[in-house]
Amino acid sequence: MQKTALSVDEIRQDFPILKRKVGVGGSKTLVYLDNAATTQKPYVVINAMNEYYSSYNANIHRAVHQLGEEATAAYEQTREKVAKFINARSADEIIFTRNATEAINLVAYSWGRKNIKRADTIVLTEMEHHSNIVPWQILSQEKKSRICYLGVDDQGYLKMTDYERVLKKEPVRLVSVSEMSNVLGTILPLKEIITRAHENNVPVFVDAAQSVPHLQVDVQKTDCDFLAFSAHKMLGPTGVGILYVKKEILKEMPPFIGGGDMIKEVHQQNTIYNDLPYRFEGGTQNIAGVIGFSAALDYLAAIGMDRVRNHELEITRYALSALSDIKDITIYGPKNLRDRGGVISFNIADIHPHDLATIMNEHGIAIRSGHHCAQVLMERLDVAATSRASFYIYNTREEVDLFANALLDARRIFRI
Amino acid sequence: MSDDIYREIILDHYRNPRNKGRLTDPDVTIHDSNPLCGDEIDMHLKVEEDRIKDIKFEGRGCAISQASASMLTEMVSNKPLSMVKNLSKEDILENIGLTNLGPARIKCALLSLKVLKMSMVKYYADKDPKSAGDFHDESVKY
Ligand SMILES: Cc1ncc(COP(=O)(O)O)c(C=O)c1O
Repeated sequence: MQKTALSVDEIRQDFPILKRKVGVGGSKTLVYLDNAATTQKPYVVINAMNEYYSSYNANIHRAVHQLGEEATAAYEQTREKVAKFINARSADEIIFTRNATEAINLVAYSWGRKNIKRADTIVLTEMEHHSNIVPWQILSQEKKSRICYLGVDDQGYLKMTDYERVLKKEPVRLVSVSEMSNVLGTILPLKEIITRAHENNVPVFVDAAQSVPHLQVDVQKTDCDFLAFSAHKMLGPTGVGILYVKKEILKEMPPFIGGGDMIKEVHQQNTIYNDLPYRFEGGTQNIAGVIGFSAALDYLAAIGMDRVRNHELEITRYALSALSDIKDITIYGPKNLRDRGGVISFNIADIHPHDLATIMNEHGIAIRSGHHCAQVLMERLDVAATSRASFYIYNTREEVDLFANALLDARRIFRI
Repeated sequence: MSDDIYREIILDHYRNPRNKGRLTDPDVTIHDSNPLCGDEIDMHLKVEEDRIKDIKFEGRGCAISQASASMLTEMVSNKPLSMVKNLSKEDILENIGLTNLGPARIKCALLSLKVLKMSMVKYYADKDPKSAGDFHDESVKY
């Protein structure tokens, strides 16, 4: 494992957008602090897609010609890389989707419709993204099953006592949790959650949209049953999501999207479906996107996820300290750095997050404001909205300083 | 630029909104929100002899949406409904002094006008469906 700190100056050279000027008359250099929404893309990712389109563009899997073979190889090598990245036993357990949201829906429609029965309980948490709520609500309306939310305490931690109580009292059929909250940054004790679920014969779905990009994730170590994430939140292009499912579960799952490529034989009245994982990839896939993602995985692997995490810890520590010096600020989420990722949600006095984001934008600083697709959590925190800054490998202390100064300017503009 | 948006008068209406609250016996009450930001406005109206006799609003959201609502209630209070009918986007932006908002924030400024026009449609819906149609204003839809 590499121990040296990551060279942010060098990394920044790899991202063309970081040179972008924004604001009135292009007077500001972009400070991009909206990485939890999507990250920027390095040249290698942009170039990989460019190369596919300009030198071996072809549809995959059935072509006998050279271009088709090259494209198929690049696509399937990415599947292998993904498996390795999250330490799956086999590439057959990796399915490409459009995004994490589609991956969750795939499981809700396929596994869920087959396995969730009337009066069953699906366990979620109050911290979930709408993507990990709405598919289960749609399923529950159809099956007359029930959703139960584990609470969040005032420090932003999951209430594990709720979990014990629910496991004991309710007919739990599935637990689905986000490994890292996109609002609070809270990292859940996944190993413990999964162990307790398995002791009760309950499978666990992990929404890893915020964890795979930032932490070392090992599906064999945690023993999760399902896991979903999006390429665009980890330097890859938009339009590519990843679903991991344990093979013994995947084998029993009915197909989701029917059509070409997911079949072996089609006759007038019946179809023999393709082998895993192709059975779940109906229609022409986002080939260019998957190939771009391959370059993103190489890029992150070369840095090492331990160094990614260390850099984010360092920048988050620095930012938390700079922000807590600002008067009338409320920072949400765990105080202990080890329990959180590089996401900081906050409010300042009576400045509404949208007004704050407008003022930040004028300083060339991109932050997010609103409910962050987590309205259940907003209700729990009793706020309409928060502002959120989120970091990645290319963010610097200087950017945090600019951000903290801009927050002071917001106080001045709001005359507080 | 931000200094131009968040002028004293906007912050004053944001922090001390006029006509905020409910009416005991409104002729029409209507709610709408801005899905992008989550800004919310409820308008309550009392109409007498084709005039807005009384108007109150409730809401939560950014300074622009709430100040704009507060200023709009002052603007139309005691005014004939025909004046509301003719109110345009530009009138509102001029009234609040924000004529160069970007596309994301302009919706915040116009939410209260949208709700007011909706309330007129609702008010006329039973009484006089033809007039109700006149209050449909595509320019404040988004
Ligand atoms: C925790 C979490 N889950 C799911 C998603 C959905 O990701 P996507 O929009 O790429 O499907 C996000 C992204 O915003 C997220 O932060």
